[in-house]
Amino acid sequence: MIDNFIALFADALEKEKSAVAINDEFRNYEEWDSLAVLSLIAMIKQNYNITIPRKDFDELNTVSDLFEYIQAHR
Amino acid sequence: MGAKIKQVEYYLPERILTNEELEKAYPEWSAAKLEKKVGIKQRHIAGPNETSLDLAINAATKILETEDKNLIDFVLFCTQSPEYLLPTSACLLQAKLGLRTEIGALDFNLGCSGYVYGLAIAKGMINSGLCKNVLLVTGETYSKFIAEDDISNRSIFGDAGTATIVTYSEEDMLGEFVFGTDGKGAENLIVKELTARNSYILQNNERPTLYMNGPEIFNFTIETIPPLLQKVIAKNKLQVTDIDYFILHQANKYILEFLISEMCLDISKCHIDMLNYGNTVSNTIPIALKDSLEQGRIKEGNKVLLAGFGVGYSWGSTIITL
Repeated sequence: MIDNFIALFADALEKEKSAVAINDEFRNYEEWDSLAVLSLIAMIKQNYNITIPRKDFDELNTVSDLFEYIQAHR
Repeated sequence: MGAKIKQVEYYLPERILTNEELEKAYPEWSAAKLEKKVGIKQRHIAGPNETSLDLAINAATKILETEDKNLIDFVLFCTQSPEYLLPTSACLLQAKLGLRTEIGALDFNLGCSGYVYGLAIAKGMINSGLCKNVLLVTGETYSKFIAEDDISNRSIFGDAGTATIVTYSEEDMLGEFVFGTDGKGAENLIVKELTARNSYILQNNERPTLYMNGPEIFNFTIETIPPLLQKVIAKNKLQVTDIDYFILHQANKYILEFLISEMCLDISKCHIDMLNYGNTVSNTIPIALKDSLEQGRIKEGNKVLLAGFGVGYSWGSTIITL
């Protein structure tokens, strides 16, 4: 399941899947910008039907945080 | 008894701000990426001495080249950047256009939902016999509220003015409306400075500054718009397949494509074109209407769904017959 999530995550940020590790702090990615935030929010809504409020999103730092948030809110 | 849109015109300020120009100012920012994902290549920006009212007057002047100005019996002006705190900009517009003095004129303060609300007010006034020919004008210059270093908002918003004649018609060509309001979202798209709540005082020569919480506005849109469209189609006793064309507020390509995919709409029936304008707030829908008519994407008899949504939060939708 996490593997599938990493694939979707990498796709949303237009990164190679192999360039994404579970403990990465995604805000440190070179391609991180305001559009990347929207891409992740959109990907999560489309695939998991979860809308992440901005204040919750701001507290998530790693790929794993994001995955756990989704698991907790499904 | 009914109302219809008779004519639409728009005006764009002369100065063009291109992605390449922005890229020079912000080397870390990518013009190509913006165009590909957000769908904007350039935007028009009002000059230092050019206001929303000026843009609106230029658009209205185009309409008055073919319309008899003495027939206009009401002016509605939608703007969030009025000429003064008072008087009402619509009064100045009446004088500058040389319209009769025996007419009504008022401003209303709405953003991206404003054009749909303007059509609703015009329809209500015409159908109740209060007037016959409404000049509905929009004018917006968000650029004046955007800080020089705010690349996100500078890349998205453009300035423009539009004018529409809504007139009496035997058959009602403006359909049923659905409205929505949620002031809890106010803080996510706001200009706080130089307002009553802040004692009209500016600190340290600062300008009024637009704040937008992009992710929250995105969340609001994806939660609110799909049910809005379902409701307006049902209220007009139509099916989604009866709609010839969808003109949603042209916020940006990214969000429109997301909404279209979520609602499984036929993308060839959906307007996505803010490439040369950016997000012009209350102007996007009338600009899209005019362009679609001129480019032959829509024609007489077509049913066109209009939906505006944003700052407020405020949203509204209707289905018009051309």
